Amino acid sequence: MRTGLFWIFSVAALAGSVGVVANVRNPINSALNLVVTMLALAGLYVLLEAQFVGLIQVMVYAGAIVVLFLFVIMLLNLRGSGTTGAEVQPLVKIAGTAVVAISSFFLIRVLSTGRAPWPDVDASYGTTREIGEALYTDYALAVQVAGVLLLAGILAAVVLAKKKLD
Amino acid sequence: MATSTVVVALFIFALVVLVFAPIMTWVERKQSALMQDRIGANRASIGGIKALGLIHPLADVIKMITKEDTMPTGAHPFIHLISPFIAVTPAMISFAVIPYGGTYDLWGAHFTLCVADLDYGVLYLFAIGSIATYGSMLAGWAGNNNYGMLGSIRVSAQMISYEVALGVTVIGLFMIFGTLRLTEMGVLQEQTFRVFGFLEYLGWVAPGTRWLDWFTLPMWGIVLQPLPFFMFLTALMAENKRAPFDTPEGESEIVAGYFIEYSGMKFGLYMMGEWIEVVVISALLAAMFLGGWTLPWLPEKTLIAALIPAFGANIANLMAMLLAVGVFLGKVVGLIFFQMLVRWSMPRFRYDQVMNLGWKILLPLSLANIVLTAVGILLVKEVTGT
Repeated sequence: MRTGLFWIFSVAALAGSVGVVANVRNPINSALNLVVTMLALAGLYVLLEAQFVGLIQVMVYAGAIVVLFLFVIMLLNLRGSGTTGAEVQPLVKIAGTAVVAISSFFLIRVLSTGRAPWPDVDASYGTTREIGEALYTDYALAVQVAGVLLLAGILAAVVLAKKKLD
Repeated sequence: MATSTVVVALFIFALVVLVFAPIMTWVERKQSALMQDRIGANRASIGGIKALGLIHPLADVIKMITKEDTMPTGAHPFIHLISPFIAVTPAMISFAVIPYGGTYDLWGAHFTLCVADLDYGVLYLFAIGSIATYGSMLAGWAGNNNYGMLGSIRVSAQMISYEVALGVTVIGLFMIFGTLRLTEMGVLQEQTFRVFGFLEYLGWVAPGTRWLDWFTLPMWGIVLQPLPFFMFLTALMAENKRAPFDTPEGESEIVAGYFIEYSGMKFGLYMMGEWIEVVVISALLAAMFLGGWTLPWLPEKTLIAALIPAFGANIANLMAMLLAVGVFLGKVVGLIFFQMLVRWSMPRFRYDQVMNLGWKILLPLSLANIVLTAVGILLVKEVTGT
């Protein structure tokens, strides 16, 4: 059953990400494909015994961030750019090629290692308690830094929005 | 999957979907009639039998199923088709993690009255709830209707805003119970604490004073966290988009909001989703704040132990189980009535008022609650010496 679910989720994730790129002319479809990808990724995390990460993936990415994407698309009533590729900056093209090359390199390396067995972990692995303990003891500093970073983002958003209001 | 799990799952489905949702339309009509000094639903009849208007839900369903299913010109066919299902599925599957009883051994079989007893129970509900936004949001957009569009913009903004408050209000409760598992929360809420126990610590009364034991309260969420109970209820009701938070479907301004272009059973699915959500909200509040399936001052273990000499272990367990389910359902029904009272007492908030309530009142209050709870937990640890 696990292997079957793995194939379902991976195919959904890949098809979703292809759909995101392929639907250039229809941003809403593109965003919906992104939702499918996010949900499939969450399923893969759960299969890897990382239930907490999977749920957070659903809550934050599928449930909040992509909803905001959709919200903005709907609010601005975007019709899609209809780019054909001719007016794309050469620098962007080079960067895109580089990203694809690097990720293919890693993909090939991962695929050539052969099939890995399903992880064999004890029951407490990936539970909320364990993650909480790790975050607030071993990685307390990283959590603090991330918090400050988010605070900076919030403040920046408030400042920008306030300027428009005044 | 064990047989007992299947039985439990089927029970839940039958209870919630087949019984609660249609009957709630009747309850809602009758209750609103009572509150407005009317008679309420009493016309539908089968061969002259009216059964207090209980035939009305049946008539509703027949009407919805036989009604023409329209799709407006310019609508997105696939998204228009699929949105009602996205809206109603989260409401149905959220029942999986809510326990409506403890664990019982009957004739060798082991029953846990909870379909999926997950370690991250409450988080699962939040995750499912955040997916529900899509059902309403896409509905308004897919119908190619400006009113629907306005409704879906309102609904997405409202649901995202209240999700934040929703999660933060109950962090205090998680800190106290130290778990996200709803079954564990239920067991923990069986405990009682001495209201005046701190006097002993302060040295105002001698240790071991008898009357201190007389004044105990159950460790229910609502006792430990009274303000968050109401904030959580508010946030949940706003998530559910029912009056007084129904600006996304405010008929005086935007006709019907996001589901304006739906007819027949697809419209019915939105209605059903809202009603099931009312049950889910009540069940979640009962499980987290009102002690779940437990009775105050009467731990289940004590009850079963007292019943065993008279009835034997199996019957005693069965009686305790039925009592637990009854108690839980009683609490749920009470909370449903409370939600309906609110729904028929309050006028609709204006849209900016809904937003202000979420961001400027609920969120700061719940953040303050986290700090206060942390201080409280440290004080209690100091007093009890653990």
